[in-house]
Amino acid sequence: MFTIKNYVKVKDLEEAYELNQKRNNVVLGGIMWLKMGSRNIQNAIDLSALGLEKIEETEDSFEIGCMATLRQLETDSRLNSYFDGAIAESVKSIVGVQFRNTATIGGSIYGRFGFSDPLTCLLVLDTYVELYKKGIIPLSEFVDMPRDNDILVKIIIKKDTRKVSYLSYRKTATDLPVLTCAVARTEDGWLAAIGARPARAKLIRDERKMLGREPEEDEIAVFQSFVEENTVFKSNMRGSGEYRRHLAGVLLRRGIRAVSERGE
Amino acid sequence: MKISLWINDKLIEDDIPADTILLEFLREKGCYSVKRGCETSNCGLCTVLMEGKPILSCSTLALRAEGKHITTMEGLQEEAKEFGEFLADQGGEQCGFCSPGFIMNVIAMTRELEDPTEQEIKEYLAGNLCRCTGYQSQLRAIRNYLEMKKGAK
Ligand SMILES: Cc1cc2nc3c(=O)[nH]c(=O)nc-3n(C[C@H](O)[C@H](O)[C@H](O)COP(=O)(O)OP(=O)(O)OC[C@H]3O[C@@H](n4cnc5c(N)ncnc54)[C@H](O)[C@@H]3O)c2cc1C
Ligand code: FES
Ligand code: FES
Repeated sequence: MFTIKNYVKVKDLEEAYELNQKRNNVVLGGIMWLKMGSRNIQNAIDLSALGLEKIEETEDSFEIGCMATLRQLETDSRLNSYFDGAIAESVKSIVGVQFRNTATIGGSIYGRFGFSDPLTCLLVLDTYVELYKKGIIPLSEFVDMPRDNDILVKIIIKKDTRKVSYLSYRKTATDLPVLTCAVARTEDGWLAAIGARPARAKLIRDERKMLGREPEEDEIAVFQSFVEENTVFKSNMRGSGEYRRHLAGVLLRRGIRAVSERGE
Repeated sequence: MKISLWINDKLIEDDIPADTILLEFLREKGCYSVKRGCETSNCGLCTVLMEGKPILSCSTLALRAEGKHITTMEGLQEEAKEFGEFLADQGGEQCGFCSPGFIMNVIAMTRELEDPTEQEIKEYLAGNLCRCTGYQSQLRAIRNYLEMKKGAK
């Protein structure tokens, strides 16, 4: 269990950023993950007075404050009227409603957890993170950046008409996933993300156009082999690397078929 | 650190260590319905309502509840008793360990979802683990309870 000496409800992001430069100071999301560790925190940095819990819709995007909860992402009808409801689908198996009412999207994406469902899903959307100092960068870059002491302020998802399918496999309801898989078809072609490998989600683009708009089984098989060959799967207590590789093929095929069936 | 919040509509003010967990704080204030189960946010036993929404008090800092309304089963005795009878009728309570958190989340669900489907009920209550019942008797109790509430409208 962690300990906290001081609790600072910051007045602005500059104060949060300044405090966060010291190693013993920590930004709080919903603390679901932090609490499982044993850090001795000097100053706990609470962002909840900064109005960052909102999901805002603009002309061309959704802007989700870092303190928005996973449950907000699940129940926001504007957000889920896009992307075939994949965002809701990606969070609704995470523990329970009570958990999702406090776990934040900021903590979830900043954490870049290997098992992360929302990270896998957001990777196949046109998603950006807004960092206080580094500014706006694509999620696909952020995912591989080393951890630093910046503050994740917002997640920005550009609106478009891509078709999306999100799938995960769990041994038992509410457990961490053994494998996560998101598939999307954009105007330019197909994308897939595979997570819980158990390493963090990896984005794969169908740059060679192996898949047509509504691919036949043999096209799917070619893409599946490509993904299986170019993705590293490892073992942990939830499953072996080989098992994950097999699951990835199954979920990928299902995802591609589901997207194809949705038409244009 | 100073804290003021409402527990079951009563204003409470105190001075607490920064890392006080809400569950500890509530029990210290006499809310013994709030039970400690797994403490790893997996079982749902410690469920309370914050501003009407169910949360896990074992995984929430008390200071996060600053200025907010917290409801425990002590503040929902009538509703809890009413649903508890449906649970007992169906044998949906065996050792009873899971009941406090389960009943709190059922009450939260009836407030949030209008006429939920079986699937929606299962999804809403997925975070409330029960080692005894196999969930079927709990589901029957919920269905009967919702029917009764519909009839009473
Ligand atoms: C028991 C359990 C089961 C889980 N199961 C799943 C699952 O099945 N699928 C899944 O996808 N996830 C799962 N998770 C992860 C969970 O969904 C959250 O992603 C996780 O708890 C982090 O969110 P949080 O709000 O609790 O962040 P915290 O625990 O508060 O923070 C996590 C990290 O992010 C940092 N941080 C938080 N916010 C910011 C910010 N704005 N800027 C910079 N840094 C920040 C914190 O300092 C900390 O290092 C599980 C977690 C637990 C504890
Ligand atoms: S005691 Fe809080 S979830 Fe188990
Ligand atoms: S009745 Fe025993 S755990 Fe639910």
